[in-house]
Amino acid sequence: MNAVVEEHHDHDHKPTGLGRWLFSTNHKDIGSMYLWFAFTMFFIGGALALLIRAELFQPGMQIVEPEFFNQLTTLHGLIMVFGVIMPAFVGLANWQLPMMIGAPDMALPRMNNWSFWLLPGAFGMLLASLVMSIMGLGSAPNFGWTFYAPLSTTYGPDSTDYFIFSVHLMGISSVMGAINVIATIMNMRAPGMTYMKMPIFVWTWFITAYLLIAVMPVLAGVVTMMLTDRNFGTSFFDAAGGGDPVMFQHVFWFFGHPEVYIMILPAFGIISSIVPTFSRKPLFGYSSMVYATASIAFLSFIVWAHHMFTVGMPVAGELFFMYSTMLIAIPTGVKVFNWMSTMWRGALTFETPMLFAIAFIFLFTMGGFTGLMLCIAPADFQYHDTYFVVAHFHYVLVTGAAFSIMAAVYFWLPKWTGNMYDEKLGKLHFWLTCISANVLFFPMHFVGLAGMPRRIPDYALQFAEFNQIASVGAFVFGFSQLIFLYVVIKCVKGGEKATDKVWEGAEGLEFDLPSPAPFHSYTTPPQVK
Amino acid sequence: MTVQDSNKQTTDNPKVIGKLLVVVVAMFGFGFALVPLYDVFCDITGLNGKTGDKVNFKTAPVVDESRLVKITFLASLNESMPWEFKPQQDFIEVHPGKPTTISYIAKNISNKSIVGNAVPSVAPGLAAAYFQKTECFCFTQQELKAGEEKIMPVTFIVDSELSDDINEIALSYTFFTSKQNNEDLADNSSTAKSINTFK
Amino acid sequence: MRAVTRPLGLACLLLLSNPTLAEYRLNLEPGVTSTSQNAYDIHQIVMWICVVIGIVVYGVMTYSILTHTKAKGHKPATFDDNLTIEILWTVIPILILIGMAIPATSALLAMEDVSDSDMSIKVTGYQWKWHYDYVGEDVNFFSNLSTPMDQIKNKEAKGENYLLEVDNAIVVPTGKKIRFLFTSSDVIHAWWVPAFGVKKDAIPGYINESWARVDEPGIYRGQCAELCGANHGFMPIVVEAKSEEDYLAWLSEKKTAQAAAAESGNKTWTMEELMAHGETAYNTSCGACHQANGEGLPNVFPGLKGSAIAVGDIAKHIDVVVNGVEGTGMQAFGPQLNDADLAAIITYERNAWGNNTGDMVQPSEVKAAR
Repeated sequence: MNAVVEEHHDHDHKPTGLGRWLFSTNHKDIGSMYLWFAFTMFFIGGALALLIRAELFQPGMQIVEPEFFNQLTTLHGLIMVFGVIMPAFVGLANWQLPMMIGAPDMALPRMNNWSFWLLPGAFGMLLASLVMSIMGLGSAPNFGWTFYAPLSTTYGPDSTDYFIFSVHLMGISSVMGAINVIATIMNMRAPGMTYMKMPIFVWTWFITAYLLIAVMPVLAGVVTMMLTDRNFGTSFFDAAGGGDPVMFQHVFWFFGHPEVYIMILPAFGIISSIVPTFSRKPLFGYSSMVYATASIAFLSFIVWAHHMFTVGMPVAGELFFMYSTMLIAIPTGVKVFNWMSTMWRGALTFETPMLFAIAFIFLFTMGGFTGLMLCIAPADFQYHDTYFVVAHFHYVLVTGAAFSIMAAVYFWLPKWTGNMYDEKLGKLHFWLTCISANVLFFPMHFVGLAGMPRRIPDYALQFAEFNQIASVGAFVFGFSQLIFLYVVIKCVKGGEKATDKVWEGAEGLEFDLPSPAPFHSYTTPPQVK
Repeated sequence: MTVQDSNKQTTDNPKVIGKLLVVVVAMFGFGFALVPLYDVFCDITGLNGKTGDKVNFKTAPVVDESRLVKITFLASLNESMPWEFKPQQDFIEVHPGKPTTISYIAKNISNKSIVGNAVPSVAPGLAAAYFQKTECFCFTQQELKAGEEKIMPVTFIVDSELSDDINEIALSYTFFTSKQNNEDLADNSSTAKSINTFK
Repeated sequence: MRAVTRPLGLACLLLLSNPTLAEYRLNLEPGVTSTSQNAYDIHQIVMWICVVIGIVVYGVMTYSILTHTKAKGHKPATFDDNLTIEILWTVIPILILIGMAIPATSALLAMEDVSDSDMSIKVTGYQWKWHYDYVGEDVNFFSNLSTPMDQIKNKEAKGENYLLEVDNAIVVPTGKKIRFLFTSSDVIHAWWVPAFGVKKDAIPGYINESWARVDEPGIYRGQCAELCGANHGFMPIVVEAKSEEDYLAWLSEKKTAQAAAAESGNKTWTMEELMAHGETAYNTSCGACHQANGEGLPNVFPGLKGSAIAVGDIAKHIDVVVNGVEGTGMQAFGPQLNDADLAAIITYERNAWGNNTGDMVQPSEVKAAR
């Protein structure tokens, strides 16, 4: 893709002070806020994980009470899903989408601001419930991030209603963000940039945004039903009043399954941006990548009950969901093969973004294999609600989504800041993270197969060795992220100056801009050939 | 940016946003629509084991003497129900099409009047659509005064269309305190008030 | 590095064919029922297919990473599509998936066929214990975790079956098809015995069914598999499979014991007897929430030490325990425990932890209150 080089801006007016951030309508600043918010939440959610792993280091209850342990696992999940992965991807979208399509900003800059600022409010409320719990004032949400009824409705603590409000705020933020993304991509592409000339990261976010507007409202519906069941006398999920707890699961997972694809499709786009750059070869099979992403998104709507194989569904239902889930392996496999073919006979170099991207391909595929095993319903009866599932989703979410976010940050930091990050430290961060993540999550496959259920604070003796290994991995993983923090801050402050192109194999309109990209860029759109 | 481009945006953005907002509202409504949709789906297929409402037969159904179906009767109480509840008999074998009456016995062992709701459930779920009740204590709320014991009959017919694969059905009732009861008790009981942080 | 870690990981997977290394397992167990065997077989098939695909995929990538590098002077090719290979790598996976789906389908159909059972056991999940009811036999009992709190709190060495032992195990005959009927009295639980390959949700207000025919006598242990509150991890399942003869003997012993327990409600108990029995029964049935030290969990579960109910009016105390408290987590224990257990628990609560009311509650008083 060729582009006419954008003229440089001599003046780069930025607002100053607190107002710059509170009232920002600039996609770069808002992108930075999302990313810093996600990074902060990563450490908070990670601290909760370390508490969990500390308790699980040995059999016996050493550190927390079982009731509090359930709050830890619940909040860890909610924070990581809604407070880290999703905001980080939105942050990357904000920074990158306008530059990648040659637009000056997002379609709705003021709504963009509000989308961001809803999040600290939402999470402030959620974290407040945890603080109050620690102070002995009552339980924080303790029913798992999947908050099944009636545990969360009839038996939920008082903080549940705040949890519901928090979810509504997060949902509104996501929906508004998604509308913004779609409007931006549909209406603001530079002349000459047809849909099939868009960078692949733009495509994956385009499709993700449609998933978001389709399913976040369903989540809003389900938590509203919970709210009325709890406070206004309805019985959506209460068998006593003619309701059905299983229906909760159907409606929740109708949201929940597309949600996990929302958390991975942007990752696919990132990997598809990074691998060609460091292979010095174009992405293999661009159009099949687009079609594969769209098929995954479509299929994601018809597989939800694979989370519910033990609920008492009739065989016909189990078979349908097994088959439909198996189908998703096809487009996902196509993507992996396309990445491999991009690397094949390229001229590979292994800077930090490429290391994370390659690790993603290896390890996300690992998560994909266990996902395939899980969807086989007869085997799933032995895997469901065990650590085998925990291993699966941590492989796809940590060594998958989170690694792609780290890769993206390393990849685009020089463009954002104008400085190269410290490559040695970046590589150190990578190796420590990659190895410790495997030490942490691989043993979970074994204990899950051996019979250890999930969401338990204490376990039988035969699970002890692998839990100990996992806990050691967890602490190394957690503390290694401090290196990442250091690298990012150091890069923001200074470093070797980055060129416009940054990377030898880089393609894309953002790499025609100076580094750092000007506060306002592409105020005149480039002509795309 | 050309005038043409920026005009396109000013007219296109609102259009796109409008359409997307419609989708958002529609999906929110869809979430709620899933509730009756789910019920309809389950009614048609009986897939969640929920038996239907009272069935009235205009003419006596044909009895299938060639096979017997064994019905197992189960009784459960929700953890907040201070009643005793059991079926008068554990099993019965019936011919499909033949009306049969059995009874459950419930006793309120507490010292106050309680209104209960019985929720029926059938396993296997696929048999639920073929398990038709013409009389059932689950159709209405049941009030038992303190210490009162009551016999609760159920008259049912197993539809002869029931698949030949199924020759055993479990019918279970779970008694819950009715929600109305909750509110009355919460008003009257000082015990409940003193432990109101307890959730 | 990857060239080392990938094969190492695969070697670990290969070790899965040897199921026991020291005391820990690496792989699923084949179990003792046709259901568990079916699950194991299909698991092995799918897993090994994944391993083979993994070796190919990771092998190709590793080769590429080692050979096609700028450092080695490799010049980048320019191709970016190839219709033939794209068709191949779409069609071949479809065929592989169909190859998996066929045995998976027949395994599932066999596992879900509950027809023609020989006996039924109703399993009810409670927070945090299981209740078993042998349908038609008039034998029913609660099954509570029996691991002492001192082991959990690390004051005592942990026993071999730590967290997987109960006070009353269920007993089933081998060689008979047993239908399990699942429900719950409060939230969703799930009953899971890995050796049987049986896992089913226990849902309040609904009945689910599954089955097992146990081929080998032995003791089989499982756990609750659906988050159900604070002590989700502390409500295990123990099933003893015995020959039919031994099972019938156990069944009649159980009936006798049940009758005796009911009888014990008729005698008059001494304070010592009430306190001793009360302490055990309290720790089993009440300790999960109210804690062994009677202090509860502030703002979650009320403490009984010095509480108004435990030192106040006896009739009200009995009412709370027997009938529960509507709208709170306090279950109605009247239907769950017999008069003697309840009387002992209430007596213990009134006198432990410095409450010292000196009150004694007889089983007959509890019976009168029902």
